[in-house]
Amino acid sequence: MRYIPHTEADVAAMLGVLGRGSIDELIAHVPEELRSRATLEVPDGLGEADVAARLTELAAKNRVGSSLLCFAGAGAYPHFIPSVVDHVILRSEFATAYTPYQPEVSQGTLQATFEFQTLVASLLGLEVANASLYDGSTATAEAVLMSKRLAPKAARVLVARSLPPQYREVVRTYLEGLAGLECEEIPFGADGRIDRAALERRLSPAPAAVVVGYPNVFGVVEDLGALAETARGAGSLLVTATAEAMALGLLRPPGALGADIAVGEGQSFGIPLSFGGPYLGLFATRERLVRGMPGRLVGETVDEHGRRGYVLTLATREQHIRRERATSNICTNQGLCALAATVFLALAGRGGLREIADRNARKARYALGRLRERLGAEAVFSAPFFNEFAVRLPDARRRHERAVERGVLAGVPLGDWFAELEDALLVCATEVHSAADVDRLAEALAA
Amino acid sequence: MKPDDAHGRSLDEPALFERGSSGRRGYTLPPLSAPERGVESLPAELCREDLPDFPELSEMEVLRHFLRLSQWNFSAATNFYPLGSCTMKYNPVLNERMARLGGFADLHPLTPPGAAQGALELMAELERLLAELSGMDAVSLQPAAGAHGELAGMKMIRAHHLDHGNPRRKVLIPRSAHGTNPASSALCGYQVVAVESNDRGMIDPAAVARLTDGETAAIMVTNPNTLGLFEKDIVRIAAAVHEKGGLVYLDGANMNALLGVAKPGHMGADVLQFNLHKTFSTPHGGGGPGAGPIAVRQRLADYLPVPRVVRAGGGYALSEEYAKSIGRVRAFYGNFGMLVRAYAYLLSLGGDGLRRATQMAILNANYVRKRLEDVLEIAYAEPCLHECVFSDSKLQPLGVKTLDLAKRLLDYGFYAPTIYFPLIVSGAIMIEPTESETRETLDEFIAAVRAIVAEAKEAPERVKSAPHTTRVSRLDEVRAARQPRLRWKP
Repeated sequence: MRYIPHTEADVAAMLGVLGRGSIDELIAHVPEELRSRATLEVPDGLGEADVAARLTELAAKNRVGSSLLCFAGAGAYPHFIPSVVDHVILRSEFATAYTPYQPEVSQGTLQATFEFQTLVASLLGLEVANASLYDGSTATAEAVLMSKRLAPKAARVLVARSLPPQYREVVRTYLEGLAGLECEEIPFGADGRIDRAALERRLSPAPAAVVVGYPNVFGVVEDLGALAETARGAGSLLVTATAEAMALGLLRPPGALGADIAVGEGQSFGIPLSFGGPYLGLFATRERLVRGMPGRLVGETVDEHGRRGYVLTLATREQHIRRERATSNICTNQGLCALAATVFLALAGRGGLREIADRNARKARYALGRLRERLGAEAVFSAPFFNEFAVRLPDARRRHERAVERGVLAGVPLGDWFAELEDALLVCATEVHSAADVDRLAEALAA
Repeated sequence: MKPDDAHGRSLDEPALFERGSSGRRGYTLPPLSAPERGVESLPAELCREDLPDFPELSEMEVLRHFLRLSQWNFSAATNFYPLGSCTMKYNPVLNERMARLGGFADLHPLTPPGAAQGALELMAELERLLAELSGMDAVSLQPAAGAHGELAGMKMIRAHHLDHGNPRRKVLIPRSAHGTNPASSALCGYQVVAVESNDRGMIDPAAVARLTDGETAAIMVTNPNTLGLFEKDIVRIAAAVHEKGGLVYLDGANMNALLGVAKPGHMGADVLQFNLHKTFSTPHGGGGPGAGPIAVRQRLADYLPVPRVVRAGGGYALSEEYAKSIGRVRAFYGNFGMLVRAYAYLLSLGGDGLRRATQMAILNANYVRKRLEDVLEIAYAEPCLHECVFSDSKLQPLGVKTLDLAKRLLDYGFYAPTIYFPLIVSGAIMIEPTESETRETLDEFIAAVRAIVAEAKEAPERVKSAPHTTRVSRLDEVRAARQPRLRWKP
């Protein structure tokens, strides 16, 4: 086997050093009743070319690119990935290293992570970001758990019904079994934003946190400043979850508008769609709350000669030291995905990121305009949106199916998640979509 | 700039934010077409004014920055990485190419199943293979990492007990266990009861029986344990817990020792997680992304996270029709890109290769142990499997700590073993060579350890002040924690 270097001579020599006659003697202490049943009903290994052929065959059974032009968002967004991103994360020095327990020979990973934390904190408008969590949904659940630690007496958390539905489900899974924290939903109003009156009615007694999407699942931009004021007035934390982090290139940052914890999904920054993962959980908060924060943190320090260097720090929050009293059970981060995002954000930079985000907003408006012209379709909600929007079409589900047959993934049917939106599609357009692509979308959805 | 700086200017690289020039770009958008011009953006009052601290760099500056950083890392591809409990085996280059095939990388997770049959087939195949390797009945690929798999597994155990009228209160966990075990149990609302290891480094079935009662939800046990020792009484331990209605969570972190040797399903495990980034060769990425699929026996299958991959017609579909499921533990279906890599690895090795991998991992660990046993103290005399653990008792008289040995190894071009874990061994030094390393590399590593022990006798200061050849010397971790600087500031 090409991955295993031992020749029979190696094995014989090593067994000789051990004073053993066979490999079997090394496992003789494993009970016979287990060993005798451990046969593997798995075919023998393949050569590289045959493995590649099999995987290529499977990949070809998926419809992507021009075979299925993607206008779906809803938590995973088609964006352009510059070549440099993949070139860097393919470097084995990054890809095959592990958690930087020995900082002297891990400065590459550590400095890049420190840069990642800086960029994420700036993007979210908060003082401190961690080294990343699994994805946007688990980051949201971790934010809810953190809010409970900060308000141990609170018995509820309010979660917007307009949060991405999968995020809501993950929060519910995480809370199940934890004594004394109920999850209640806040409805959305006719314009697609939080129903403020309904929120205010639910604020007494104070929930640990109010959790809202920014933008929300409909791509709609909430009036975050007002929500923060309302939450703070009740003595609750405001948590924002941004499933489309590209929006933050353009939108006012949640921290500046009063969010105490801001989380997000960083997939849009140089990470491929890859059927849902691996993605990148972003997590930021205020400096005074840092010791209650989950996840890894990298900090700057100096070595014995006074040179700048980086280490993992504030580890007394973490499971390998605190065990059952840790702030989370998370053991690593999404290191290589965080690196991809760092490279992407460095390439885009201060001006470029805003320009890409701005382009997304315009492309989505262009797409909505074309659907209006071609199909008479109307936006479901009136509030401003970023790069996706809910659009009403008679027979939406059947049209969506037909569009797939015609080679277009025309967004996501909202009826799957919201019974009252059975006639609506959630459509996303980004910088990757040309005007001709949008025409294809409109044609594919035409009756 | 001084050409005679100790490490050379070419090796220096400031933070991203200290480079660049206003207006520079590393990303160019295509021009808009005529019909798109004039379309509006978001209203200005919703928009931010600036992205403070964001750099302004050309494409090549960005490339050079990160390539320089890469050169400051040791990695499993460039250096022997004997990090115990982490299984730093070879990460096949082919698998990187496979995960990047357009049909996988560009596939949106909400693509209708009819247009994603290749992805679903791969997942179904991988589930079937993992079930076969572990002797379990059903698998979910959803958890994003080992600790996430533990969380999902413990949620399932809780759901099972709740279904039987009482979620129960306690989880038994050996003191030698990884810290994620108690942390995951606590996240499910359980109180942790520590199980002591006996003087042979193992768990005593009688001790487990004494600690188990009608409020014991489960035992979480790692086998082979974190000392690299096979829990030979595992079947009796499982029986003692089952007898009181408890369940057995088997931490599959050390599956690399078990392929073709023993199956968790036969040991009495009800749930286990796989760490695809360990046993199944997906790269560790400097700390993720990993993947932590979970496998269960039939009686827990209804509790697996949704959605699940199911057969439908002649193909595959995703189903959420499981009323007892614990729900989702993350968005979508798992770290699919890592699943592709692990599947490619399983096809490459096959049953014969997997058996061989485990055998050679065990041989390598025993070889290192044997050849170091006169200079380092073996923590427990029992025969080891895929990793070996030494204590610091032969270093202490020399005035040298485990940490010093670890740091000095870096000067020899080796990453350090896992140190000070498991907690039950004084100054633990935990070495897991994996099957990927040649005998020659092991010999070099062994010679380095022996040289360092000799040096500790003759010139201990040299060891205690190591490393000497790395980009930075020992870093001030106390300062980092007391005056946290967690982001760049001008």
